[in-house]
Amino acid sequence: MTQILQLDAVSKAFGAVTVADDLSYGLEEGEALGVLGPNGAGKTSMFNLITGTLKPDAGRITFAGDDITALGAARRSRSGIARSFQVPQPFTHMTVFENAMVAATQSAGLAGREAERLCIEVLDQTELLDKANDRAGGLTLLNRKRLELTRALCAKPRLLLLDEIAGGLTEAECTALIATIKSIHASGVSIIWIEHVVHALMAVVERLIVIDFGRKIAEGEPKAIMDSPEVQEIYLGIEADA
Amino acid sequence: MDFVNALVQGTLLGGLYALFAAGLSLIFGVMRLVNIAHGDLIVLAAYLGLTTTVALGVHPLVALIVVVPAMAGIGYVLQRAVLNHTLGDDILPPLLVTFGLSVIIQNALLEGYSADPQKMDAGALETASVALGPLSLGVLPLLTFAIAVAVIAGLQWCFYRTPLGRAFRATSDNQDIAQLMGLNKRHVFGLAMALALAVTAVAGILLGIRTSFDPSVGGGRLIFGFEAVIIGGLGNLWGTLVGGVILGVAQTVGATINPGWQLLAGHIAFLVILAVRPNGLFPRISA
Repeated sequence: MTQILQLDAVSKAFGAVTVADDLSYGLEEGEALGVLGPNGAGKTSMFNLITGTLKPDAGRITFAGDDITALGAARRSRSGIARSFQVPQPFTHMTVFENAMVAATQSAGLAGREAERLCIEVLDQTELLDKANDRAGGLTLLNRKRLELTRALCAKPRLLLLDEIAGGLTEAECTALIATIKSIHASGVSIIWIEHVVHALMAVVERLIVIDFGRKIAEGEPKAIMDSPEVQEIYLGIEADA
Repeated sequence: MDFVNALVQGTLLGGLYALFAAGLSLIFGVMRLVNIAHGDLIVLAAYLGLTTTVALGVHPLVALIVVVPAMAGIGYVLQRAVLNHTLGDDILPPLLVTFGLSVIIQNALLEGYSADPQKMDAGALETASVALGPLSLGVLPLLTFAIAVAVIAGLQWCFYRTPLGRAFRATSDNQDIAQLMGLNKRHVFGLAMALALAVTAVAGILLGIRTSFDPSVGGGRLIFGFEAVIIGGLGNLWGTLVGGVILGVAQTVGATINPGWQLLAGHIAFLVILAVRPNGLFPRISA
């Protein structure tokens, strides 16, 4: 197995608020990694650092053997990093299909028929095919979440970052989502998944890290991590919030 | 009959105004940039056309082959080198910078070409006309209108049917997400400005054939362009054509009543529509 992503001592702060504090971890090609942590722990900021939306104050990010720390978001996207957002952010004035096509043509670099074929394939997988010509701004929350995943997949990522994609779904929807993510994982895509719906996470990931105040406080096999006292405390804390 | 004639002539004139406006509309739609130098860029295109016709001895319409790519190139470089740096949350920097650009272009043209009015010689095309019943229609205005319709149809097709158009719309919709989809917004904005100035080149050449021009006339063209865009509704290209036609008709009808009222009538029509429909007749995007 080769390393697909490596964070080395990555730090980022906004004034007094530290969102990444000497954060280091690696991800093997084809691995699925889960990320746990309380709200405001810096999980989403960590994604922003990996996709290039944020630039780290210190540290190094390596993707597929290349140092990408200085690269912009567009270059990173074309090199194979895609993400979904916790709060879906479709191009609201464009149709679902056009949203998918932007990712397929610009990020994955496909053209014409090939791009269309990929989009149709992915829309079918994410159960959005019958909504393909609807304006993305008019979609329901569930379909917006599906569109987030669709767009990320149409970018043909090597690394897929999922940000609380199971939040707010019903049990049946969640089960379907887990099946979809499992099949994406099985196709060889590396995944990092931030999720509060722990049972969904546990069904897919092979390893967990726990983040709090931008620091990695635990890392290891999911079952062992979940049973550790620190995580119990955070996890119960989340339960109490909800 | 005078009135019908004014309506028809005004409609055809509206085609030219739509061409003034199309580039402005495109730039605002894609990057929310209000380009105060737009009128002067039209005049710059007219002068480039003049130089090309004189230097190569070609017909002004043939000069388009040179001027359109030249203006597109200027647009791309201008956007990447200057205008991209002004874009952000604050809308003031692009206004100030394009205003400065307007002053620079005017003065550069003044230095290079003097303040004497110039005109491009399009030969027989300028006076040719066709009879339509009792009306006599100039071939040049007809051609201008046809070109305007073709340009707007082309832009519309580009926006809604091509990967480049999707890139424009995605970037316009959400710049940050577009970046995450692999779109380099600086490059996309450069392409948008290139396309806008390519359209501006067409507008400039047709202006230069139709009337005489000097380095100071850009401001007036900018106003007509703005009025056409706002009447039609922001972000709607066909609306821009309608806006141009309404402006053209108001001006020619005004001029029929009293020759001194031409410009005033256009501005009044604009004011009335602004008062009744502040977002224009067919708005696509809310300002």
